[in-house]
Formats: sequence, structure tokens, C-alpha cells
Amino acid sequence: MNRWELIVIGSGPSGLTAAIEAAKNKVKVLLIDENIKAGGQLFKQIHKFFGSSAHYSGIRGINIGENLIKKAEEVGVKVLLNRIAIGLFKGKKVVVKQGLDNKGKNIEIFEADKIVIASGAAENAIYFPGWTLPGVMSAGAVQTMINVHRVLPGKKILMVGSGNVGLIVSYQLIQAGAEVKAVIEALPKIGGYEVHADKIKRLGVPIYTSHTIVEAKGNLEVEKAVIAKVDKNWQTIPNTERILKVDTISVAAGLKPLIKLVRMADCKCIYIPELGGWVPIHNKNMETTYSGIYVAGDVTGVEEANTALEEGRLAGIAVAESLGYLDKKIACNIKTEIWERLKDLRSGPFGENRFKAKNEIIREY
Amino acid sequence: MEKNIRKNHEQKNPKNIRAIIECYEEIPCDPCEIACKYGAIIIGKPITNIPVLDMEKCTGCGLCIANCPGLAIFVVCENYTDTLGTVSLPFEILPLPKKGQRVKTLNRNGQYVCRGEVVKVIETKSFDRTPVVTIAIPRNKVDEVRGIEIPKR
Amino acid sequence: MNNRIVEHPILGKIDDKEMVTIKVDGKKIKAKRGEMIIAALVANGIRINRYTLKKKEPRGIFCGIGQCTDCVMVVNGRINVRTCITPVVDGMVIQTQQGLEPRRDKIE
Repeated sequence: MNRWELIVIGSGPSGLTAAIEAAKNKVKVLLIDENIKAGGQLFKQIHKFFGSSAHYSGIRGINIGENLIKKAEEVGVKVLLNRIAIGLFKGKKVVVKQGLDNKGKNIEIFEADKIVIASGAAENAIYFPGWTLPGVMSAGAVQTMINVHRVLPGKKILMVGSGNVGLIVSYQLIQAGAEVKAVIEALPKIGGYEVHADKIKRLGVPIYTSHTIVEAKGNLEVEKAVIAKVDKNWQTIPNTERILKVDTISVAAGLKPLIKLVRMADCKCIYIPELGGWVPIHNKNMETTYSGIYVAGDVTGVEEANTALEEGRLAGIAVAESLGYLDKKIACNIKTEIWERLKDLRSGPFGENRFKAKNEIIREY
Repeated sequence: MEKNIRKNHEQKNPKNIRAIIECYEEIPCDPCEIACKYGAIIIGKPITNIPVLDMEKCTGCGLCIANCPGLAIFVVCENYTDTLGTVSLPFEILPLPKKGQRVKTLNRNGQYVCRGEVVKVIETKSFDRTPVVTIAIPRNKVDEVRGIEIPKR
Repeated sequence: MNNRIVEHPILGKIDDKEMVTIKVDGKKIKAKRGEMIIAALVANGIRINRYTLKKKEPRGIFCGIGQCTDCVMVVNGRINVRTCITPVVDGMVIQTQQGLEPRRDKIE
């Protein structure tokens, strides 16, 4: 079948909850993902989530992923994996390429009444001499190798970046049996939660703030890393260089929303550094400036799995309502509750900036 | 952090066993409040509130230890024996120590504090793969010991 | 060399999935059926996937999710196969890529 009431592009946490909420309300949903497994980033998250005990906190990401996939099947979501959306055209046509790199590929075209783009975000690279050496990889790649593939990408790691990703992956590397020689952070303060930093400090991992990576050295692979202290103007301070014997350099330098499909559909975007860069403008229903196209999750701004789960629900409910499957009043009540929970998740010193940024997006709509 | 640790020291401890919640930032997180069946941990709304421990209600049962996603809760007992106290901590690394095992204990910075003996290891389904290890150490070290040295593989 | 994480405090013991045999630059190595090519390579200590055309510089995994193409190799004669998102199959023939073809000069 090529015509669907809703096509959700991306089966990470927000895509899954969007598909589930819509399908629960009788919408005919197709969920596609370029990977051969659904779940997005959830299957790398072997730690227990924070957030509200009313919603998934204390549960490991991998288990949340399993539960959502099961639920999606139960409520009748059609899931097609190994499908990459390569085009989004007028009339809400989604052009999809199916097939592995080593086999022939196949083009399929689907049409939808509504679309939810839940394409997530990708990691930033940072450039330094030697950054192309095998052994330099993103923190996400490290996490995939150890938690999904169950293989150590290296034995002695330098983690660059002390945001929550850098801190959590450092802890998970130790759980996997690797040694984390150090975590370095360019800012004078640790970027992520103190409790995440405390976990690795207890295990003897030094965290050097106001430090940057100067060079990755090695013949054909990483053998050493040179780090140095930086001053207020990001300039390296002479004579502070230190050589660390590491075989892997893991880069955790933030993520940027993957807005390719959003741009292809001509949805208006706005540049907000706090959210990772260019993000689509949307209203309180998660609908973009292109009527009928919704967005949810990290593609709307890099936050966390908790906010992605809620935004997906919001989009799913809004789609069901706009297709006439859900009573306006009931939908309004559910959406209000979700916005309350999102407010909670975006409170406190870590969430404030994101809360303001998200309000700015809605104002711009 | 130092100011908060001193505050923990000063809190009166009628039963000489207490939970210590080393969580001092406003982050949206509240599983500890639900985990405590004695209602001794209070967060309320918004869930970014820093958890507060009601010492009168805390029995030192340790249910909160495995339920904290940040692994930030410990239970300390000052009078396990005349000379020894205990620290119970979450331990998600292999090899998991065994009861009776002698271990090297570490402080918050991963530095060696003293030797200790493992007196209890609890692994249950409800802890969801976060074992809780109790170590007996000299009484005056209970506010310092927060980790165990892992043998190099 | 075996970089597989056999026992893990959260993920448990590694599953005993069937092993298959693949060839990497002529050498036979064991891989788990259905795992990504990159996993089999890294498990066996192989971290170089290709060399660049002009400067002949080595490249290996960077993003791990099929976005950057740093991990591409020649698979069963086909170039530019992203090894991080392509599963192994018994008898698969994998070669280090250089530019747009299998690497010929093996001596370093």
C-alpha cells in the first residue's frame, strides 16, 4: 500500500511515540527508518534515565526502546526498516530508498495526509591535527561499538567534551572494560550533570577543564594525544602541553539537528545555538510552517530522550486530532498535560535556556 | 560540593544509620522520592528540587541506592561494631565483589582511603542490574569512602 | 586479538550467536552472523577501513551510524560500502579500499 494517513520518518523515541499515539487513535500509520533496527539512539542507552517517575524515569533506555517497539506493533503501526527517506515533495510524497550498500537498491514512493519528521540529530566533529587518524571517532560511535556491537573500539581512551554524552560514555567505557585516561573540557566548568561527573571521578578518571586537544599522533592509528590548557580567549597556554598515551580519542562536542528533509519541504527554520543550530519553526501542535508536516524530537532542538518521547506524543495526538479521529476537547487536555511535563523537564539551570529557546520557536511561528 | 559534605556530617543521626544523597544540582529527576517506602525523601514539585532527607523517617534500608539513576545515594552506618562503620554503595562494574572479600576503598576522587571488607552484596530484580555493596571500614572513614578499586583486567 | 566484550555488568554475557567466516584482504577471520562488518573488524583489531586517493592516508570509523562514510570498504567487489551499517554474511569478501578501488600496495 502506498497511501497512508500518517508517515513517521525516524523510529527513535519521538518517532515511536508519535506513531503509537496516532495509531492508538485509529490513524493508519507507516513508520520508516534507515536502519535495520528501530529505536534510534535508545539502544545505546544502557543507563537508567532521569526525569519524572510518572514517565519512564529509572528505566534503562534499552528497555524503554523494547517496550515502545512492542507497543507500536500492538497498536498496528506498520514498520518498514532499512528505508531511507531521500526526498520529501509537494503533496506530501515521501521518496524512499530501500536496500543495503552491498546489494541493489530499490526506490519506493509513498503518499501521506500527514507527516512527522523525527530524524534526530548527528554529532559534531572538531578539527585538530591528526583528527582523521583511525581511532578518532565520535562519542556516539564509541557508544554504538560498546553497547550495541559489544566490541571495544580501543583500550585507552581520551574523552573530549564533558557534557552529559561525554560523561556518560566515559562511564560506559569503564563498564565495558576500557580505561578512560582523562576527560577534557574546553570550558572552565564541567558541562554535564555533577552526578555523572562524580560517577567517573570516583573511578579515578581525571576531568581537566580549560583544556583542549592539540594533536592526535600516530603512524597509521592513534597512539598518543597532546592536550594543553587554554586561556579565556581559547588560546593554548605555552608549556602546559601534556602527552597522553591513548589509542582512541572520543569526541563528544555536541549534536546538530538533521534538518535535511525539513529544508527539502521548505519548512521555515531559525538558528538557535542553544538547541544545536538550525531548527524548524513549529507551533504548539508541533506543526511546521508547511501545513500537515510535523516535527518532534532532537530534530526540533537537541535535548534529551525524555523531551523527545513527549514531543512525539504531542505530534501524534495533534495528527489524530487534525484527521478528525480525536475530539478537540480531549486532545486539548492531553496536549496541555504534555506541555506541563515538558515544562518540568525544561526547568532548573540546565533546562532554562532550552525552555526559553523553545518558546522563541513557537513565537516565531 | 565541600560545603554540602560538611552539611551531611553535621546532620544529627538518631539511629546512626542514614542515607546520604549526594545530589546537589537542580535537575529534573525524582525516582528516589518514589523509591523510599518510608517517605523519607522529599522532592515535590517542580521535580528539579534538590532531594531532602527526613532523618527521623530514614531507616537506612538502602532501597534508594539502586533506584537513583545518577548513582548518587549512599547509606552509612557509624556503629556497625565498636571500631567499624559501613558504607553501602551502588556498584555497576565487573567483577562484582563477593561477601567476605577484602577490598581497597576509594574516596570521591578515586584516591585510596583504606582497606575494607565486603559484608553484604545485594542483587535483586527490582534493583535492575544495580547491585548494592556494603563495606565495613574504620568508623571515621564513613564520610570519605565512596568507591571500590577495580582490579585491572 | 579479541576485543569482544564477553561479560558486561548491564548487558550480561555475550550471546553465543553462530560464527561465520569472512575474508579481509585475503585473510580469513571469524565474525558473528548478522553483525555489522565494522564490529567484526574492530573485534579482530582491524581499525583501518580505507586509504585516501591522493595522500594515501588511513581512515576508520567516525560516526558509526552511516552518516560520514569514513568506514567504507570494498565488499564482494562493490566499492563504497558503509561497513558500520552493513551486516556480514558467511563468505563475504572484504578489501581495504583506496580511492575508488581495492588497495593494491599492501606493504606499509
